[in-house]
Amino acid sequence: MKNINLQVEDREYLCIIGPSGCGKTTLIKCIAGIIEPDEGEIYIGDKLVNNLPIEDREIGYVFQEIALFPHMNVYNNICYGPFVKGWSISKAENLIKEILNMMRLYDRVRDKPDALSGGARQKTAVARALISGSKLLLLDEPLGSLDAKVRRVLRYELKRLVKDLGLTAIHVTHDQEEAMSIADRIVVMRAGEIVEVGTPIELYMCPKSLFTANFVGEANFFIGDFVGEEDDYVKIDVGGKALYSKCKVNPEDGKVVAVIRPEFVVMKRTGPPREVWRGVIEGRVFLGGSVRFEVRTENDIMIAVKKPLLSEALRFEVGDHVALILPREFLLVYPYPKEGLEKAISIE
Amino acid sequence: MPLIELVNVTKRYGNVTAIKNLSLKMNDGEYICVLGPTGSGKTTLLKLIAGIVKPDSGEIYIDGRLVNDVPPQERNVAYVPQYYALFPHMSVIDNVAFGPLSRGFSREEAYKVSMQMLEMTKLAWRANSFPHELSGGMQQRLALARGLASGAKILLLDEPLGALDARLRVELRYKLRGIAKKNKLTTIHVTHDQEEAMVVADRIVVLRNGEIQQEGPPSQVYNEPKSIFVAHFVGGANFLEGFVAEVDQYGSWIQLRNGFLLRVNDVNRVVGERIVVMVREEKVEVIKGARRREEINLFPGAVSEVSFLGDFVSYSITLDNGDKVSSRMPSVFGLKRFGIGERVYVRLKPENLRVYPYPPQGLYKELEVI
Amino acid sequence: MIKYICDVIIRETRMKSVFPSRNNGSMRKLIRKLDELSSRDSIKYLVYASSILFFFAFILLPPIIGILENISQVETILHEPNLLARANAAIIQSFFMAFIIATLDLVAALPLAWFIVRSRIELAHIIDTMVDIPFLIPTAALGYSTLLFWGRPDGISRIFGVESLVPEGFLLVFLLHFSFSYPVIVRVMVGELLNYKEVYEIAARTLGAQPLTAVRTITLPLLKPGIIASFLLAFARSLSETGATVMVAGQWENGPVFLFRVIDMVGLPEHLKSSVLVYVSSILIFTSTILFFLISLLAPKFRFPIRRVFPSIERRLSSSKIIRFRNGLTLLVFLLVVLSPSLFIALPMIGALIDGTLGEALVGSGPWGEFWRSMTISYAIGSLSTIVNIIFGLPAAIVIARRKLGGATPIFKALISIPIIVPSIALGVSLRLFWGRYYFLHEFWILLFSHTTITYTYFVESMAAAMESIPLEIEEVASTLGAKPLTIFREITLPLTKYSMFSGAVLVFTRALGETGAAKAVARTKEFWTTPILLVNWIKDGKITGSQKALSVGLYIILSFIILLALRLLTRRRK
Repeated sequence: MKNINLQVEDREYLCIIGPSGCGKTTLIKCIAGIIEPDEGEIYIGDKLVNNLPIEDREIGYVFQEIALFPHMNVYNNICYGPFVKGWSISKAENLIKEILNMMRLYDRVRDKPDALSGGARQKTAVARALISGSKLLLLDEPLGSLDAKVRRVLRYELKRLVKDLGLTAIHVTHDQEEAMSIADRIVVMRAGEIVEVGTPIELYMCPKSLFTANFVGEANFFIGDFVGEEDDYVKIDVGGKALYSKCKVNPEDGKVVAVIRPEFVVMKRTGPPREVWRGVIEGRVFLGGSVRFEVRTENDIMIAVKKPLLSEALRFEVGDHVALILPREFLLVYPYPKEGLEKAISIE
Repeated sequence: MPLIELVNVTKRYGNVTAIKNLSLKMNDGEYICVLGPTGSGKTTLLKLIAGIVKPDSGEIYIDGRLVNDVPPQERNVAYVPQYYALFPHMSVIDNVAFGPLSRGFSREEAYKVSMQMLEMTKLAWRANSFPHELSGGMQQRLALARGLASGAKILLLDEPLGALDARLRVELRYKLRGIAKKNKLTTIHVTHDQEEAMVVADRIVVLRNGEIQQEGPPSQVYNEPKSIFVAHFVGGANFLEGFVAEVDQYGSWIQLRNGFLLRVNDVNRVVGERIVVMVREEKVEVIKGARRREEINLFPGAVSEVSFLGDFVSYSITLDNGDKVSSRMPSVFGLKRFGIGERVYVRLKPENLRVYPYPPQGLYKELEVI
Repeated sequence: MIKYICDVIIRETRMKSVFPSRNNGSMRKLIRKLDELSSRDSIKYLVYASSILFFFAFILLPPIIGILENISQVETILHEPNLLARANAAIIQSFFMAFIIATLDLVAALPLAWFIVRSRIELAHIIDTMVDIPFLIPTAALGYSTLLFWGRPDGISRIFGVESLVPEGFLLVFLLHFSFSYPVIVRVMVGELLNYKEVYEIAARTLGAQPLTAVRTITLPLLKPGIIASFLLAFARSLSETGATVMVAGQWENGPVFLFRVIDMVGLPEHLKSSVLVYVSSILIFTSTILFFLISLLAPKFRFPIRRVFPSIERRLSSSKIIRFRNGLTLLVFLLVVLSPSLFIALPMIGALIDGTLGEALVGSGPWGEFWRSMTISYAIGSLSTIVNIIFGLPAAIVIARRKLGGATPIFKALISIPIIVPSIALGVSLRLFWGRYYFLHEFWILLFSHTTITYTYFVESMAAAMESIPLEIEEVASTLGAKPLTIFREITLPLTKYSMFSGAVLVFTRALGETGAAKAVARTKEFWTTPILLVNWIKDGKITGSQKALSVGLYIILSFIILLALRLLTRRRK
């Protein structure tokens, strides 16, 4: 991890995303005090906490491994915080009841962790972290060990809980969809550095870097040449076709990368020859809420297109000839990266 | 003729029944996804076909041959377990060559084939590395190459993408299907991720507690789920509780909470029956404004939550009768369309609604697939 | 647990597999043929069955039958009140000593294990290596070293200006047992701590627990199985050790020392001697077995006192000052009580190298002829019992690791642990009773059988533990790739456990080389004395000079180290 600067607001839900090994877990462990930073300062509230041991930092931490104490039942796990602080149980009783209720864990309190389902285990871990009344909740891949479906359900419960209790949460995940659906703000990390910080919509609609563009969701990438500016738009050339974008770039060597998300590509039967890319549908996959097409254009570029289930685009079949429009308001343009496109967007 | 056939197969571990009287046919070259929550018996199903576990009863046929008593080494299936189980003490190429060598290929032949497999999976440049030096995605490809090196035509994948980052998973699933189809493999892919299943599969088999709940092409399983469990597990769904108020020749009227009346096209209901109505999230239409409209299945409510999912935006709407519904719409036109607290109307078209009997142990328990 | 002890022997040996096809034609054909055979269920079961049969016929049943057949002889001693009282006292002393040793060792060694695993300073690595020294030195040699250090004028006594700071007797035995049981606990607990997921402790601390509270309420309860196991191992070692104890016991005696002395006693009628041996051995065998199973069944039910917490007191106790004090004290105990007495032998040994004794020894003049003969016997016994254990122990290890006996597997595993539970001299007495009636069996073979018996557990348990650590999936995948059971064993299982197999074999070898009790009980004629017995006799012998004693012990240590080294180099070269 290198030279990270980050400020988290009170009552904010912040997500940190990045590929495996990008340093996101190290970052959150530094905040908790589990790992000591080599250099730099960490403040919680106004307090410098660098030399404060874990137990005095007053944080709630949910581990990737869940880490429920295997020799204690759910109730004792949840009450562990008040117990080791020497509180009388009556003091914490109301909060315990409230949280057990909220999490629907009432009928599981006597079970040992290994008798619980993955979801119930995860909820117990969150309850345990919250019971001491700390206002800062650190979540390290809290949903990583769960089934996809459970993950999708629990992420909203998590967010609701944090908002209802007025907590500040820092949530580390490798799942960009999870982050987007619950975060107020997202931090994108790569190789120990922060690439970009922004709201989910900012990161998805106009990412500042190619890496973010690829990491937060599927995108089509085209290599092209800078042509010039026309009105308020930048004109570029990709495989002999002109494209326009609102992005202001002016690369030294004239080489650019154009990016568009599959769901923003317009697909029709025909269109004005100057604006459209003609092509043939080569692949069609049902995604549930939408359908994804792969179209090979006449200049031999593969473009992914996504259409919602309700739209007329459903009538398109493999082998159909189509006309694609890449709308200028959704097309992003970046200077061609020095390390090459593949390296710049690599998520491995 | 089906390539793989299971007939009334049952497998127990102690007093836990992992697979219950299951029958399934797989055709040559088909890509099947077995979808189900943790503990539904998915992995056991793969191990039965691979021959690693033996069924307690029932028959398993491969290519028309009864293989119940054929040990795994003679079945010639490529099995890729979860977390891959690569041989840690062998280099990448030795891992791949293990299969051909064990099957009696000559050394030259074995290594030639292995190199071809590594080229196909773009790992040739790492042939002399060791598995622990590879990234997650490379390990996954290596496991695939190793499985296929002896020319197996049946590919068994146990959560092949489960150990990878979410974004990588999305990218690799297309490649996985590509490899399977190009090599004309019959593939069984086990996963708990319904989105993954939809993308890769020709046919989805939904498994729960060792029993098949439903099987069919992805769009069919998605659009016509046979049970509440399938509807919930495969994709985002809303469930509304109610009672049948009236049945006529074209459909039924359902009484929701607090007197809301809902029209459905289902005629096979009994008045007074307790039921659950299901509607897919993307089939919930949200209309602006608080004008009073005389139209059926149009309910007033207020936006309570908004969440952005990238290609989709999800609005959570609390109806005036207290029920909650979620609506998913493409971000292209759904972004910032409604604010939190805004009054809206929700339209649920009868043709998009499906009716199920109320589950005996309660709706919440039934949805707790967890 | 034994797997951790195996880690003592060699830490980083790594070996590569050799695929059969790299061998020449006929060999390759043979291996292919064997692979084919291994696919047949009948062959598989035959191998497993024969290894289980070996266990019952050669390891478990002989001592039991030997002692039961002769149990009627016990009557004779019941009419000798003096001898009976002495025997009973010795037996009680045995268990008493073992109990104190195991308890105090646990208290003293646990903090050192903690220090080794948790402190991130270089010193921890050095200590980690040094802990093994008292373990690798054969106990007979350790006994002499301890005797010189504590009990002789040239040792630590010189600093205090006394003749003998700790004279032979209870206290010296205590110090000896403390130092050779100590590394066992450290090794097992280091292994357990490395396996322990620290995340539980960190989770407790994020919830506000002071470090000490977290350890007391979370870590220790979770480490309970390891603590019990290390307690039992230390208990067994103390209960079983014979040779070194005899050297330092003085007037004090426990069961093994008493048996040792009875065997040597002149003037005792043969039938009475036999009766005493049977009486003491049977009580030792049955009591220790029952005690062990009782402790391992009941101890897990014991709960740590975690009912209350004292945040402010525990905060103070968790302070770095207290921790430094604790570490200092732990290291001091280790250096003074465990390490120094073990290494002290080096001083007189160096003296013996200079004063010409070395020349005599190499020529083999005087008593040295006997010494070299005993070495030959010890090495022959050591290597043969290692080979037998590998051949019959490997399938038994698979039976345990892969639960081939289904629900009966834990019972088989428990039975296999019996030979290390029981005091080896008692085992030796009963084995002699059993094998002794086969007159055609040469004494050498009886010696070999008994050494095989006492070392069997070490090999099987370490191999079983190593095999259990290989995910089943790796073997399953190999089978779907077309590999026959023997191919999988040769190409996957063995290469991945080679390291453990090697250290298991070395453990068997050193155990066999260092065994005094069983050897004493079995080898009645001087021609078949193994080195440890010879050394015990030499130490007591007034005619042997101090230099000769030191050199003989020194040579014994060095030669056993050389074997370790040679084996290690040998396996390295095959890479």
